[in-house]
Amino acid sequence: MRLSYPANVKIIQVPCTGRVDIIHLLNAIEDGADGVYVAGCLEGECHYISGNLKARRKVEYVQKTLKELGIEPERVAMYNLSSAQGARFAEIANEVVTKIKELGPTPVTNKKQNNAA
Amino acid sequence: MIVADRKSLEEILEMVEDCKKILIVGCKGCVTVCNVGGVKEVEILSSSLKIARKKAGIEIEIDMHTLERQCDNEYIEQIKETVNDYDAVVSMACGVGPQFLSEMYKDQKFFPALDTTFFGGATEHGVWEERCAGCGTCIIHKYDGLCPVARCAKSLLHGPCGGSSNSACEISKDTECVWDSIVRKKMEQGRLEDLLGVTEARDWRSARDGGPRRSIREELVQGNI
Amino acid sequence: MSELKSGSNLEKVLNAGHFAFTGECGPPKGANVEHLVEKFKFLKGNVDAVNITDNQTAVVRMSSMAASALMVQEGMEPNFQMVCRDRNRLAIMSDILGAYALGIRNMLCLSGDHQTFGNHPEAKNVHDIDSMQLIRLVKTMREGKFMNGDDIDVAPKMFIGAACNPFADPYEFRVHRLANKIEAGADFIQTQCIFNMEKFRDFMKKVVDMGLHEKCYILAGVTPMKNAGMANFMSKFVPGMDIPDDLIKRLKSVDKKDQSEEGIKFALEQVEEFKGMEGVAGVHMMAIEWEHMVPEIAKRAGVLPRPQV
Repeated sequence: MRLSYPANVKIIQVPCTGRVDIIHLLNAIEDGADGVYVAGCLEGECHYISGNLKARRKVEYVQKTLKELGIEPERVAMYNLSSAQGARFAEIANEVVTKIKELGPTPVTNKKQNNAA
Repeated sequence: MIVADRKSLEEILEMVEDCKKILIVGCKGCVTVCNVGGVKEVEILSSSLKIARKKAGIEIEIDMHTLERQCDNEYIEQIKETVNDYDAVVSMACGVGPQFLSEMYKDQKFFPALDTTFFGGATEHGVWEERCAGCGTCIIHKYDGLCPVARCAKSLLHGPCGGSSNSACEISKDTECVWDSIVRKKMEQGRLEDLLGVTEARDWRSARDGGPRRSIREELVQGNI
Repeated sequence: MSELKSGSNLEKVLNAGHFAFTGECGPPKGANVEHLVEKFKFLKGNVDAVNITDNQTAVVRMSSMAASALMVQEGMEPNFQMVCRDRNRLAIMSDILGAYALGIRNMLCLSGDHQTFGNHPEAKNVHDIDSMQLIRLVKTMREGKFMNGDDIDVAPKMFIGAACNPFADPYEFRVHRLANKIEAGADFIQTQCIFNMEKFRDFMKKVVDMGLHEKCYILAGVTPMKNAGMANFMSKFVPGMDIPDDLIKRLKSVDKKDQSEEGIKFALEQVEEFKGMEGVAGVHMMAIEWEHMVPEIAKRAGVLPRPQV
């Protein structure tokens, strides 16, 4: 199965989404990512019981933080899929990229907003 | 332990509005245990502030340092070399931290990043509840280990008041009526007579009403008190 | 009967063995004396004493002591309510002395609704002492001593009242709490509004079994319902209220315009039953913002004219 997904998605592999911390997501935004999403196993099917559920809570925390800072919370998202769902993986990647493109580039640019022409 | 909540980013951002370089100081004591002011939370606050300032186009330089405790001068001293390199220092300790820092480093500004709330413990992961009011004269043994001073909304010594309903306090259905628990426990144990009669009014001098308090343990004091 | 403790009209009425009938009046949200005195008129001659509420439901109103003093000026007898929420022991004692100096002779000692209910939820509450300790304090002061044991130059001799809510939880403890209040020094008790008669009958049986009615006068609280909506609201939102569904159904069973009459009828039936209920020494009629109905209610309840003692 050769499925393509957008080249502007950079994958960072972790053993379990339970390893993803709030600070990782924030650092991605801080360093200029237009968006970041976590792709975990299906709920109820975590090999470590609840890693993906914990990840979802952390994603929600970061969404709340972004909202507080006046940044679209949709730039951060959580998805659940199994490792057998290759097509779904590509679909999600496309969905996220479309969504982020709609939102436009990140406002975390260190350029005076007012000066942006 | 001492429990606290983090202030809103808006409030913290306002405090550091004029700063270009700050230090965030965490504390490995109570606030680490209640997940609000330890190494992790210092990183999160730092990143959040940087995001906000990048967005605003006014970058900020942030250093981080988490001390063993901020309620002990021995540890506060550890930042003496660098403390004055910053426009301001944000403390993520309870209310004690920024004060100990201010007292030692008189030329620096210290901002509190937390709202210190109460003495309590975690009743489940992520949930903390008040248990002690620090009134200075513990009487919980008279109430079967439950404190009416800290846990009754009116600090009644003769409860429950007329607002107690279905074991909940009149202020909210989500607030336990501690007096209901006290009475039920006494009844179950057949010791209702403990609650009969009138208890003397309290001497609040041992609480904060008597002025700021001080504890001295002479055997530990070196030199004159 | 016994020697008078305060000499208040309410005390004399109860002491002479009459069935007492007290009313209630909330001071205005302002300094509108005219309106207050207007409300007094509905109560004058129809009740033995009038409770003047103290920032009830934690909503700021004219001070209960000032409104009580205005009532004294009108030749009526107030029952000065005091809550522990807003005063520490210094303010409590000085207010008791002040109230007595202004001619006030009855006091009702309360904890007070929590300030989160009111219109200044941001307020700091006091609760230096609680209602039980307040009752004890008023008694101590009547005996000529301050809380610290110092002598009082002219002791404030108050007739001491306390509240009792048999409908709050845990029910089994309520009669013991009442006993504590009597031991603390309560001369009379006014109960929370009673709607659940079955439960109140059971409660009074317990009171009589313990002999509490012989140590203290118990006045049963009655509030006439204006309509089914009020009953519904009180049932849902007022803590410690026990309003049986039957009563709500009864009010709903008549036309909206007749609901107030149905509410009054129920209240009158209650008064009739209390007159014959062992241990009940009178009725406390709380016609909330309905003072003008008190003359009619008193008349129909057959409690007029009020005894002159």
